[in-house]
Amino acid sequence: MPVLERDGAQIWRRRTGRESLIRWFGWLLGVAVFVYCWQIISASTTWFFVWDAPRIADDIWTRATPPRWDYITQLGRPIWDTLNIATLGTLIALCLAVPVAFLAARNTTPSALFIRPIALLIIVSTRSINSLIWALLLIAIIGPGVFAGVIAIAIRSIGFCAKLLYEAIEEIDHTQVEAITATGASRWQVMAYGIVPQILPAFAGIAVFRWDINIRESTVLGLVGAGGIGLQLSASLNVLAWPQVSLILLVILAAVVISEWVSAKVRSAII
Amino acid sequence: MLRLQKLTKTYKTGDQALKAIDLEVPKGQVLALIGPSGAGKSTMIRCINRLVEPSSGAVLLEDVDLVSLGSGALRKARREMGMIFQEYALVERLTVMENVLSGRLGYVGFWRSFLRRYPQSDVDEAFRLLDRVGLLHMADKRADELSGGQRQRVGICRALIQNPKLLLVDEPTASLDPKTSRQIMRLITELCQERGLAAIINIHDVALAQMFVPRVVGLRFGEIVYDGLPTGLTPDKLTEIYGEEDWEATIEKVEEEDEDIEAAE
Repeated sequence: MPVLERDGAQIWRRRTGRESLIRWFGWLLGVAVFVYCWQIISASTTWFFVWDAPRIADDIWTRATPPRWDYITQLGRPIWDTLNIATLGTLIALCLAVPVAFLAARNTTPSALFIRPIALLIIVSTRSINSLIWALLLIAIIGPGVFAGVIAIAIRSIGFCAKLLYEAIEEIDHTQVEAITATGASRWQVMAYGIVPQILPAFAGIAVFRWDINIRESTVLGLVGAGGIGLQLSASLNVLAWPQVSLILLVILAAVVISEWVSAKVRSAII
Repeated sequence: MLRLQKLTKTYKTGDQALKAIDLEVPKGQVLALIGPSGAGKSTMIRCINRLVEPSSGAVLLEDVDLVSLGSGALRKARREMGMIFQEYALVERLTVMENVLSGRLGYVGFWRSFLRRYPQSDVDEAFRLLDRVGLLHMADKRADELSGGQRQRVGICRALIQNPKLLLVDEPTASLDPKTSRQIMRLITELCQERGLAAIINIHDVALAQMFVPRVVGLRFGEIVYDGLPTGLTPDKLTEIYGEEDWEATIEKVEEEDEDIEAAE
């Protein structure tokens, strides 16, 4: 009861006394749990390594600088591979995600009882497994190399793209679809005229967003042998060639910055 | 030309939106459907072209029962019925021309429509219609750049390019200002006259309906409670349709406006 009568005046409170007491206890409990966890973590930490960290970091920093600039001649090909893995993977994922999204969206699915759960299962299962794990699996199946990387990225991205796309499909303005249906258009024409124009901006946004993410993901795929610049990174790390590692990190950073810039440009151009 | 026989619609929630409606619309007649919100006006219009599936009854368009049609035949039948919407329902991201041509979708195959290769006769007709409603210069604009009145004109073109026999008009003026509302109503009734089209116009504004149409049907709780001339809408009748209210002002306003218009003409 947020309104209290007192001396004939009506006093308004956000919460009743009971409610605020419960909330106060909730906060108390939260703080207690935090302190307890802190203690457990602290007890199981080897503090020697933590105190040592700045010195080690400083050591690696001095070894890693300056980067070995002439190594860049060997990085052109791997970074190109990485870009290709991300781009091809995204394209394949989009081709597969579009039908899945239409099957999953409540307003376009042919059968909400049978087909929709299958589409949702595809979305959940591809999304829930990291692309690094997909790459490990695929390398075992189709052997190491760029192709495994492309497929890993593609599979991982289907769920992500399909989920965002089907949400966009479910949010379309239904009267536009009605209007096209009322002209006597066929099912596919309703799709092409009533639905597609409405989800096109979302689709473009999702595509460049995922491409952007995939560039970052594909840089590490080489760590497990799926091609790209990650291969060079893991080789350099294995031989403790820190100046090479720092150069590779710089190249990755540059690639990511450029991809972010491109996707921002594309998004603002479409919307 | 259009005959509704015992048309009934019961929604899944159990709400009975239409209770055995019988209605006949002869060729070329424009009628206004009035009634309070939730009376079933929109449902009735949508049951005719089966955007909403009727629960029972028959909709006879030139003696073909639309309710019993399969999906292919229904699409053919829908071509005969142009629809105009309250919020225009244009495809916002397509151009005016594409929106008008989308009225031909029922006649054109998928790939032709997808590649926007409409027959020249359709394109000519689209230009003619746009010229008729005064939007020829807007043909290349995107639909979302237009004002409300302009959008509704495009909606009218889209309905007319179907070359329909019947117009189903759902609250054409509800989102428009009073002046534009009249212009749109005038345009719709004029075009119906030019082409000998029958029309059912769902409308909230009783005064506007009385100004433009020769026949008014009043709907209340899914039943027809009035069917007759606009002049027959006495305060008693309006009370029967909408409920208790002082109606004198509404009716007087109409009469004054009629005089204004006559004076202007």
